[in-house]
Amino acid sequence: MIEVEHLTKYFGSTLAVDDISFRVEKGEILGFLGPNGAGKTTTMRILTCFLAASKGTARVAGYDVFEDSLEVRKRIGYLPENPPVYSDMTVQFYLDFNARIKGIDPKDRKRRVEEVMERCAIRDVKDTIIGKLSRGYKQRVGLAQALIHDPEVLILDEPTIGLDPRQIIEVRKLIKGLAGEHTIILSTHILPEVSMTCQRVVIINKGRIAAVDTPENLTTKLRGSERLFIEVEGPADEVSRKIREMPEVIGVTVETGRNGGRNAFLVDSKVEVDIRAQLASKIVGSGFGLLEMRPVGMSLEEIFLQLTTEERTE
Amino acid sequence: MRNMLAIFQKEMRSYFISPIAYVLAAVFLVISGYFFYGIVVSFSNQSLYYVQYSSRYGMQMPPLNLNEQVIRGIFGLMSFISLFMIPMLTMRLYAEEKRSGTIELLMTSPLTTVQTLLGKFLACFVLYVLIIALTVIFMVILEIYGSPEWGPIISSYIGTLLMGAAFISVGIFASSLTENQIVAVVISFGALLMFWVIGSAVIFTGPGAGRVFSYLSIIEHIVDFHKGVIDTKDAVFYLSFTGFFLFLTYRTVESRSWR
Repeated sequence: MIEVEHLTKYFGSTLAVDDISFRVEKGEILGFLGPNGAGKTTTMRILTCFLAASKGTARVAGYDVFEDSLEVRKRIGYLPENPPVYSDMTVQFYLDFNARIKGIDPKDRKRRVEEVMERCAIRDVKDTIIGKLSRGYKQRVGLAQALIHDPEVLILDEPTIGLDPRQIIEVRKLIKGLAGEHTIILSTHILPEVSMTCQRVVIINKGRIAAVDTPENLTTKLRGSERLFIEVEGPADEVSRKIREMPEVIGVTVETGRNGGRNAFLVDSKVEVDIRAQLASKIVGSGFGLLEMRPVGMSLEEIFLQLTTEERTE
Repeated sequence: MRNMLAIFQKEMRSYFISPIAYVLAAVFLVISGYFFYGIVVSFSNQSLYYVQYSSRYGMQMPPLNLNEQVIRGIFGLMSFISLFMIPMLTMRLYAEEKRSGTIELLMTSPLTTVQTLLGKFLACFVLYVLIIALTVIFMVILEIYGSPEWGPIISSYIGTLLMGAAFISVGIFASSLTENQIVAVVISFGALLMFWVIGSAVIFTGPGAGRVFSYLSIIEHIVDFHKGVIDTKDAVFYLSFTGFFLFLTYRTVESRSWR
């Protein structure tokens, strides 16, 4: 549905997007993940025909974003980072205006406006001036605008920003519900959001693609192990030998080696196996004193950081 | 066409929902009304003086011309007020869209730049026509108490509207250059003022280049309209002037995606 090939964008001499290629299949939700300034918005703006690429091509539904820009725009619903709302319009008028400029048949207009208001839960504010709405409502009005012409492709730039936790859940549910019929690209820098909504993730950093995979694969691939920090009273080599006897343990590293005294260890074990109880009884059962034990969390955020930092040093 | 109409209606609504249209129309009417009153009073004093003078000395005075002395003055004033008023009508057309990010909506919707541009231009032009149309009441008053010639009045209106279109095109162009409305006003006012006074450049350029400058002068071409002459060359000047600045605007807006 969306094919991006060797896309490059310069702003003056600044390289914003560097030779990006990826594909999105019909009905898929693709997450665009990256720190601020990574080039997410720029890529999306090229896909929505707002910016022209310096090099490379992008095709949406078979149409080139540059050559057949109007055809592409008919098929795309776009929610920019800041919802593009007119603050002096009422919600209903705004959506009606959008229905008109997006070429909806005049007799379907009213029905479509009602539908998207229902879908985005903004019917209760339909006569309110948009300028008076809270950020969360504006965001949903922006989303309604993107959905109004029932586009084949939805491009959402940080769709859950500014929403309260309950609304975030609702919007994610809404987005998931749109998949299948619609092809969706959404950008975010919130990692759990990606694992919750997307089928595939493109991690982008400094204008380059750092990784493309499913969220599950990414987490397992990157989070190679579960890690525990323990402090034990006992000789270092003996303790680590004992720990290594456990089948779930992948590796043990001695953090501070003070022979005979207290030693700290980092124990790596298989993913998604909690070995804490076994480990504790093993150590105590072997006659050592267990002083401290805590999991060293390798959160998605850290994985992400690690990935994007590695990329930077290359 | 439908797209253009959507933009047109949106801009129109925006003019009338904010106080801008009302305030400008009111200011315009107060100033031109005050001057209309002043000119008419001085004209009637003058006529009275003429009547007394000719009856006392039994001399036949040349007749006073309502068109020349009242109407031409009013139209001259209307052009002058437009010079200040139009930049304020055009300033937000693109600048505000850029500031608020709604330009992103327009440029990613299936709308062409030309449709957006013409919708905006026409909305502003129609508002201008409406404001100018309010002055018809002056002409009606003159018709009731005097006998003006309608030919020059109509040609003056045509000239005023053509000139207004030219002013608006400059204003829209200025608005497309910036996202700051104040900057847009200053640029368009400055540019219009330049085109207003450029004819005076003949003082230091000599007659050759002076002819070019006086041709470029935006007020030079309205003189004939005020006299009741609709010259194609003047109409072509205003239309091509408008077309040129709308084209510049189009290029400016389009070039956005390359930067």
